[in-house]
Formats: sequence, C-alpha cells, structure tokens
Amino acid sequence: MRDVYVVSGGITKFSKASPDKDFRYMVKEAFDYAMNDVPKLTLDDIDGSVASYFSDHFTRQLMAGIMVQDYLGLCPKPSRRIESGGATGGMCFQSAWEAIASGRMDVCVAFGFETMSRVNTWKGNEFIALASDTNFDYPVGGFYTGYYAMMVQRHMHEFGTTVEQMAAVSVKNHGNALNNPYSQYPAKLTIKDVRNSEMVADPLTRLDVCVMSDGAAAVILASEEMAKKLTNKPVKVIGVGTGTDAMRLADRPHGDVILLPHEKKSDYKNLKYPGVHSFRGGRTAAKQAYEMAGIKDPRKEIDFVELHDAFTSSEIQTYEDIGLCKYGEGGKYVESGAADLDGAVPVNPTGGLLACGHPVGATGLMQAVFALWQLQGTIKKHFGNDKLQVKNAKRGLIHSHAGTGTYITVSVLERGF
Amino acid sequence: MADEKKIKVPETQEGTVVYNLDPLIIKYHYEIDYIHSYAQDTPFFAGLAAGKLMGSRCPKCGYTYATPRAHCMHCGGKTEWVELPKEGTVHTWTTCYFGSEAFLPETPFTLIMVEFKGANTLFLSRLIGVEPGKAKIGMKVKAKFLRNSKFSPTDVYFVPA
Repeated sequence: MRDVYVVSGGITKFSKASPDKDFRYMVKEAFDYAMNDVPKLTLDDIDGSVASYFSDHFTRQLMAGIMVQDYLGLCPKPSRRIESGGATGGMCFQSAWEAIASGRMDVCVAFGFETMSRVNTWKGNEFIALASDTNFDYPVGGFYTGYYAMMVQRHMHEFGTTVEQMAAVSVKNHGNALNNPYSQYPAKLTIKDVRNSEMVADPLTRLDVCVMSDGAAAVILASEEMAKKLTNKPVKVIGVGTGTDAMRLADRPHGDVILLPHEKKSDYKNLKYPGVHSFRGGRTAAKQAYEMAGIKDPRKEIDFVELHDAFTSSEIQTYEDIGLCKYGEGGKYVESGAADLDGAVPVNPTGGLLACGHPVGATGLMQAVFALWQLQGTIKKHFGNDKLQVKNAKRGLIHSHAGTGTYITVSVLERGF
Repeated sequence: MADEKKIKVPETQEGTVVYNLDPLIIKYHYEIDYIHSYAQDTPFFAGLAAGKLMGSRCPKCGYTYATPRAHCMHCGGKTEWVELPKEGTVHTWTTCYFGSEAFLPETPFTLIMVEFKGANTLFLSRLIGVEPGKAKIGMKVKAKFLRNSKFSPTDVYFVPA
C-alpha cells in the first residue's frame, strides 16, 4: 500500500436551493476551486475520479455521475459511482484513497453533490425514509427523525442524557458556523431557542435536526510523489476505517462493547451493546482507523473532529463511538465544553451538518475539504477570517454516517509538511 | 406525396406548470406502481391477516427474531417461523409530529420498538391509545390487528396492556 495525500479541495456555498446551477455546474464550481488551489495540476495529470451522490430520486437523473465526469472534461478516464446513504461522501473519499494506495492512480478526484431542493421537504423525507426496510419499517411511519428519536430516547434511558445536552450541540455548531461563509444556516442560538423550536419527533426539535441542501464538494488526492510536486502543504491520510450495521434497528444485537485501545471491559459492566442507543459501525470504523494510524488514545492524539451531526443526538452518540469519551458520557462531554472551538478536541469547528447543511453526497467530502484547510492552516485564506482555525492542528478526524448507523467511515488526516 | 402541411404533431390543451422564468423552473410529475413481492417474508404478512405475529428462530443457534428474517444473521442458517407472544414491553418510542409526505396526514403518531419475552430482537410498530409524547420505556403493550388486512406491517399495532 502506498501513502496517500490530500492536496486540494473546494466546495460550493451550501444553500436551501440553487436552481441557477444543476448538479454538473455545482460540482464544476467546487472542482475548479480545488484546481485553482494547486495551479501546477493539469486535467491531464488526473487519472480518474469517484462520484458521490446518494439519491437518483433527488437528481431525477440516473447515471448522473458520468454526466459530471463528462462536464469536468475527465472522459474517457476511469470513474465510478459510490452510494452508501449518508456516508456516501466519506465512502467516496476512501474509494479515491484506495485508487491511490493501490497504485492504480497517482491523482484521483473525489467529487460529490446532492440537489435536494428538487422536491419539497416532506417528499424529500420520504425519499430518505426509503433508505429503511420497505417491508417492515418504511410503511410503519418511515421518517428518519423518528428513527433517531427512538435511538436517543433509549440513550437517555440508559445514560441519563438530557435534551439540554443535545441542544448544546445545536448551539455550538450553529454558533461556529457564524464564521464559515460556506454554511447554510449559521445562527446565534440559546438552549432555550432549541427547545422552544417546533417538536419534530420527541425529543428532537427542528433545531436538533439538520436541513436539506443543494451543494457540491470536490477533493483531490495524490500519491506522495505527485503531492510533493503539486503543493508544499500536503495532508497525509494516515488511517481509514469502515463499519456497518443491520438496516433494521430492530435487528441490532444486545451484546458486548467493542473496546478501543484506551478502554477496559470493566468500563462497561452492564451495558448491552450496541442496542439502538449506539453505533457499532462507528466504533468499528474508528477502531480500524486508529489501528492503521497507530493511535492509542484519541482523546490525546486528535486535534479536531468533523463528524456527521445530522441530529444533535448523533453527535453525542458519536463522541462515544469514536472514543472521545466513554459510552454514556457523551451528554456531559458537550456540556463540559470539551467539544467547543477552544475545548480539548473541537468537534465540528466549522459548523457540521446542523449548520453547514447536508447535501448528502457532498457532505462527507465537505468534511475532508474543511479538515484539509484546518491542517494546512489555510482557513483564513478560504473563509476570509481565521476565527475557526484550530490552532496548530496536526491531526484531524472525519466521520461520515449513513442512517441509522448502517455504513460509517472514519478517516484520520495528518499534516504532511 | 403527402401534403407537408398536414404532417404535424397534434396540439393539445395541456400546459406546463411554471414556478419561475429565469432560471426556468417547471413542475415535472413522476409516479409509479410497483409490483412488490414480499417473497420470503410472505408468511409474516399472511400471519397478520390471521391475527398472528410471526417471528423467526434459528434452529442451529436458537437466536429468535421478533422481526423475521429467512436466514440467521449470526450463523447463516435457515430460520423457522415461530409465533410471537401478543404482549410485550416498550423498548423505546417517539411521537412524530412531522413525517414523510406519505405519512403527514397521520401525524402525530407514536412509534415504538417492542421487546418480547423469548425473542432476541425487537419489532417496530405504532402505539395507539396513548397521548402524543406520553409513551414510556418499559410500558406493557399488547398487539391488536386490523379486521380487514391490508397486508402491510401496520395491520398490527399495539395498545397499552
């Protein structure tokens, strides 16, 4: 396996609707931004691409990936489409990583998009809910916020997590986004604002849930040799991991916790795992990525995290899955300020899905773009201000998650210069 | 040779719904009826019509599924059908005040995951007869069935026991 580097990235400003540009043009905009950031890179240098988009329903176009490939001027080079629900972007990143690591390509573009404004919000929720078992789950009341609400009800029951702790995630992420010009929904909120917004599914309110978006992102990955030619600020991918779980929540086992290197069996005496309260796939992905990266204690060896906060509850659950704290401590973790911009490990310093938006196929790649800029120390250049720059960031983790924890990817990036 | 003026597509009165002119945004209708087979899950749906809640059990490892599956996810063995008890306990719940478009008219509705004695996995259903937001983990519930089956998993629902 060869070392793989991220050399450049670009994203569009995520928005509720961007009818002026279709999916091809949006990706082109993100791609051109990335190309402009590494002027030595030519189209000829690019060996191929991986396309990331979740739903053909939203696009109203099958095989949209090849249409982007063509629009970017990359035909007849290799390309493929990746689909894994909400984790599509993270999986696309890892697929591009594989193309370089295997030696098949020296430069690979990972691009992604989603155009969710093409239907109304509730029809969009229906499309998303079709990503649940259509025999047993969808017809009973197919609604993703409902599924996550049931998961966090159990989390609250097991661990005493509170709605105020969940709201704290919303306050933090919307607040961080105030300084992110790419974000769709920056806002200065209070815990009270979150709790007083409309109830969607007990206990999740509108401000506990991310919004639908139009947007695109592109990331350029390269071999060591090409990376060093293209940029003096390459970022190395030092660990990748992927986990899965049963589509139906009903089928999740109630067994033993999968332990990370810094945990002991005695930490979890009576906990039935993962049940519906935790994401076994997230823990598995983190474990693999840490093993590859040689990370023994993520609390001390990761400088920031961009994770998949489609719901405030899933951010809390994910702190635990990736080992920022023990299972059951996620609520207290956010409450303590540990995940704040100036906390022990800033989580979603750029606003996360809650505030940036969640154009599904672009989301996991957005995280890669922001992590790249953090590690390069170029947030100021790209955001126009350095308020969200994590000081002296050497290592960051990105985490992409498909509903209801079915596919989860974790990738660890490190400053390579 | 035919009269060229008569060779044309007939004009109709159908128009196009236009939301915006620049960019031009139109309404595009799309609808489909699937020919959906329940395939190996068929006995569950047939069971609902007979007022039975069917799960499945792996004869090799004994793992019992409250939401049936034809093969065991642990050992890969073919499972056997078993009838589940009609009473269970709420493992978790939520009340949905919004929903997917297809379910909006039914809001608010309460979803529960049900635990059954002797089953290793859960079952997703709706809880009726409890005020929105008032379900409780640990509540005893019992299954009721629609008299006229629709062959949908909503043919069964739960009420407080």
